[in-house]
Amino acid sequence: MATSVETDKDTTPVHARPVESTGTVRLNIWRGDEKGGEMVGYDVPVQEGMVVLDAVLWVQQHVDGDLAVRWNCKAAKCGSCSAEINGFPRLMCKTRLSGYAESEISVRPMHTFPVVKDLVTDVSWNYEVNKRIPKFTPSEKDLQDPEPWNIQQEDVERSIEFRKCIECFLCQDVCHVLRNHGRKDAFFGPRFMARVASLEMHPKDTADRRPLLKGEAGVNMCNITKCCTEVCPEHIHITDNAIIPLKERTADLYFDPVRWLGRKIQGK
Amino acid sequence: MATPIVNHDEVTSDILVIGAGGAGMRGAIAASDAGLKVAVVCKSLLGKAHTVMAEGGMAAALANVAKPDSWKTHFSDTMKGGKLLNNWRMAEIHAKEAPERVLELERWGAVFDRTTKGLIHQRSFGGHTYPRLAHIGDRTGLELIRSLQDHLVHQPNVDVHMETTVTRLLVSEGRVWGALAYRRQDGGLVVFKAKSVLLASGGLGKIYRVTSNSWESTGDGTAIAYQAGATVQDCEMVQFHPTGMVWPAGVRGILVTEGVRGEGGFLRNAEGERFMERYDPERMELSTRDVVARAINQEVLEGRGSPHGGAFLDISHKPADYILRRLPSMYEQFHTLADIDITKEPMEVAPTIHYAMSGVRVEPENGATTIEGLFAAGEVACGLHGANRLGGNSLSDLLVFGKRAGDGAVAYASDGRKALSGSDGEVDRAIEHTLAPLGREDGENPYTIHAELQDTLTRFAPIIREESGLRTGLGKVKELQERVRKVGTGGGSGRAFNPGWHAALDVESMVDNAEGVFLCALERRESRGAHTRLDYPELDEELGKVNFVVRREEDDMKVDSVAKEPIPPEYLEIINAEYTKDFVRED
Repeated sequence: MATSVETDKDTTPVHARPVESTGTVRLNIWRGDEKGGEMVGYDVPVQEGMVVLDAVLWVQQHVDGDLAVRWNCKAAKCGSCSAEINGFPRLMCKTRLSGYAESEISVRPMHTFPVVKDLVTDVSWNYEVNKRIPKFTPSEKDLQDPEPWNIQQEDVERSIEFRKCIECFLCQDVCHVLRNHGRKDAFFGPRFMARVASLEMHPKDTADRRPLLKGEAGVNMCNITKCCTEVCPEHIHITDNAIIPLKERTADLYFDPVRWLGRKIQGK
Repeated sequence: MATPIVNHDEVTSDILVIGAGGAGMRGAIAASDAGLKVAVVCKSLLGKAHTVMAEGGMAAALANVAKPDSWKTHFSDTMKGGKLLNNWRMAEIHAKEAPERVLELERWGAVFDRTTKGLIHQRSFGGHTYPRLAHIGDRTGLELIRSLQDHLVHQPNVDVHMETTVTRLLVSEGRVWGALAYRRQDGGLVVFKAKSVLLASGGLGKIYRVTSNSWESTGDGTAIAYQAGATVQDCEMVQFHPTGMVWPAGVRGILVTEGVRGEGGFLRNAEGERFMERYDPERMELSTRDVVARAINQEVLEGRGSPHGGAFLDISHKPADYILRRLPSMYEQFHTLADIDITKEPMEVAPTIHYAMSGVRVEPENGATTIEGLFAAGEVACGLHGANRLGGNSLSDLLVFGKRAGDGAVAYASDGRKALSGSDGEVDRAIEHTLAPLGREDGENPYTIHAELQDTLTRFAPIIREESGLRTGLGKVKELQERVRKVGTGGGSGRAFNPGWHAALDVESMVDNAEGVFLCALERRESRGAHTRLDYPELDEELGKVNFVVRREEDDMKVDSVAKEPIPPEYLEIINAEYTKDFVRED
């Protein structure tokens, strides 16, 4: 078939052309489902700057179309592609292959949640927990205020840190209360401590979530090992800035001797 | 009635919402507020939709930082940015209602950066006369989606079906009555039945190789609406965002927010020249996206590109703490993925596919499509942005028209109508179509077809287009369409979380979208906004009076032109009025 000179010329922009590979990497991926599974090795061609997710997707596209992996943005904005890479909970899209020079890379699903298939886990428990946290509750006066709210930057600063959370659930994965002791019945986990903190520290919020924290949210289950802070891809100081202040607020309410006496006197 | 060929679940609600990004969630909240029962279906987990990736902000004429701002200036900027191809009424509604929607979101718990007076801070952005984008750092999309999500889960009568993908709309007697979907987790099929349906499924960026779009942006919504008989409009209008990451290769396409330029960043070519002086000396880096993307493209073509075929974007002249406060996720992104410290050195950037101005044709007031009972809002709908979208107008679009289309779907469902029940034959056909790739043992790998499709669009529908390339591209898409009819899964045939199966259905949507791009791009023999023709370099006033649309006739895509409703003279006056540049910023 004859084509014109114009269409023979490669009109693909330079920055969008295919890139040569610079070698291969050995990627071991856990394959299986709730009944069990095993590590399967793949040799994957490497491009400069490639991340683990790229390598996993290469396998999916070229070797095994039904390799299950959850991902969305590939830009560390959505928190979908959480996994355990060489034993450490990470976002696959933010973990560069070059960080693992000269060794094989193993990728496993998050341990704390039930496996659906391959690298995909059932994280629905987290969504159920979220529903149990009372929503943002401004005062009726603020809600009815016809004027835009006046809030100073320093008043939202504390809340802002927690609102960076992308719900990757890596903190939930690494939290030993959930991971090693399986106490999903007793602790909402670090993600939702950060969520409660973002609400409690919002200058316009009026709800009191301390009874929830002491009760079913289980803030006291945390014994401050800071593993959650270590794995957070958004660098949120979950333990120091969320959990410890929430523990203090709860302690103030329930264990402050003066308040205890006050409650006794008022018969509460 | 005959027994359906395959077992499936049924979910009945008043309103079905397809998509849970900003538009879908806002529409679902509107329907729930009206007391109706709502089913929300989303392709991913809740809160992961593409909206989450929006960075710069939400445009609304709050006039917090620039007192002279008003809906009129916002309207004028939007129309001028869209080269008047916009639906003027949508642009008016959007400019008038955006402030209300932003303030509402704040009352639902969204946190924005503040001015020193304690109001919502607004940053400058391309094509906006005044600083207008309400934002929180450079992660405004996350704030929007999380605020809506946390509000939605406490709404009564809303069920969210996560990781569930719609493959067909169910239409009888010209009216939509539901949709067929599969659950990713177990591959189970679900027939959703509803009195009205709100389509809010986002864009199509994955048809190109280099894109800022997420996995989900495969044009499903446009494709299922088109397959069901809806009119799809302005398919040639696909936005190249001027600044995507270029290097390293593994991360190319990832968005570099326009906020970098909004906060004072410069664009330079390999010779160190601020080349925007030659393309738009007045607005410079804050020109509209179509202009900046073409400028970078031109610099590269003329041999002044950066080492990997782009330009340099530099904000390092600003204080480091300012950059870290205003652009924290850009700092993190370049630090982690490219070993670049943006407080000290320039970023390398090039155009990346970002947004579809095109989409399902809708009524401006209520998002009604050309199919009865089907409403659309957000990126999947067409009209607000014309030939080029301004940065920041998308997030406000989602809220304004998400609510309006939600209200539209409510009005339709509440009008004493009973749900249609359709026919099992229709469900059977939809099921057969959905399961077909699983049965093709020797079917072609869907990822191969997807890669070839991306290559075709990247090569033959780039920033600068011309007739012969577009014809070649269209021919290739037709060939890919034939191959899609025989596509397999590229792996096993199990139904539980089988991405190869999902990819087979996604690529079918994508080839339909691609055909629309080529057909409409061939028809628009002029250069306007995001659509630039080498062979027709000038804007043609006559072509500004029409939209190109596609419809399905039998199994073929037919392209047609539809006359636009003329812009009333009093609105033309607003568009062409002079707006003062003389104001004191109140940051």
